[in-house]
Amino acid sequence: MTDATSMTDVAPDARTGEAQFGDYFALLKPRVMSLVVFTALVGLIVAPLPVHPFIGFVAILCIAVGAGASGALNMWWDADIDKVMKRTAKRPIPAGKVEPGEALGVGLALSGFSIVLLWLATNALAAGLLAFTIFFYAVVYSMWLKRATPQNIVIGGAAGAFPPMIGWAVATGGVSLESALMFALIFMWTPPHFWALALFVRTDYGDAGVPMLTETHGRRVTRHHILAYTLLLVPVAVGIGFTSIGGPVYLALSVALNARFLWGAWQVWRRDDAQAEADNYATEKWLFRISLSYLFLHFGALLVEAALRAAGWSFF
Amino acid sequence: MAIRVEHELHGRRRGRNTGVGLVLVGLVAIVFGLTVVKVLNLGDIQEFERFDHVARPALEAAATEAEANGGASE
Repeated sequence: MTDATSMTDVAPDARTGEAQFGDYFALLKPRVMSLVVFTALVGLIVAPLPVHPFIGFVAILCIAVGAGASGALNMWWDADIDKVMKRTAKRPIPAGKVEPGEALGVGLALSGFSIVLLWLATNALAAGLLAFTIFFYAVVYSMWLKRATPQNIVIGGAAGAFPPMIGWAVATGGVSLESALMFALIFMWTPPHFWALALFVRTDYGDAGVPMLTETHGRRVTRHHILAYTLLLVPVAVGIGFTSIGGPVYLALSVALNARFLWGAWQVWRRDDAQAEADNYATEKWLFRISLSYLFLHFGALLVEAALRAAGWSFF
Repeated sequence: MAIRVEHELHGRRRGRNTGVGLVLVGLVAIVFGLTVVKVLNLGDIQEFERFDHVARPALEAAATEAEANGGASE
């Protein structure tokens, strides 16, 4: 649930100038929601206990709405900086389509609905984890860390890492090594993914008073950080292959993906800005591109392993 | 003054109202669906029939016997 992904733009109703349903929907950051839905669904499916399909559907819906609610609270709190930055200036509040108080109301109401409904449909732990995720993104990240430290993206990334853990809790009613490792996979992946983007995209976070590592500590330090977090990411990603949700398909894919990602991070670390500018940040752009497929393919491989186990092909 | 059935606000907010209406219908469907699924997953419904405020001697006798057997085995 990072701010790295822009939201869907919704045109105001030209006839009336009145905020339409789509403007309120845009408060929920629908594109961020899609990643939340995918990872939560994987967490739910790979869990060892089956879930009734309808309860699974309601659980995923609650997690998606909860994530959207935290997005609305984020837009309410950050309306002042959203107005300054080009990427976010078209969001419903800075664009003048939705009042800040309305966004706060939508965020709080949907938070309450999604948490209570998830509790009724599944269990208290899953609902508690969803409540903590919303709190973490809206309060710890948006209100506290985002404007206070250039490590904001690292700690804030935890909010985006919770969905598979919630999906797992929906099915099992607990947490486990497997769900913690799925959390760690997204948590460790977020910094190199985001900082690779920060190296080649000129952002206006500085104008808005949001500290970014590339600006507060320089681009050399950012390259160090990308390599360091990638080195931490590799054992987590490959380690999942040796748990009950892993298997040979996951392991083979993960080793290949991590070798490629590590090679990319190493190449980015070796370069300086003069070299990067000479080829228009080709390596940094490549690292960002492969980081997108990296996460998708890891979770996709977990789905494949779950399908193989369901078919009776259990290797571990 | 003539009463206007359709205020201009209704037209202006038609999209919003339709959206909210659909969301509410969806919520009702979800709560109904959850209720059906939860009830169907309750297992042996006779477990609950003992608490329906009507004397059910057959069920009571079965429950007493089961408790006695359980107690004897401990």
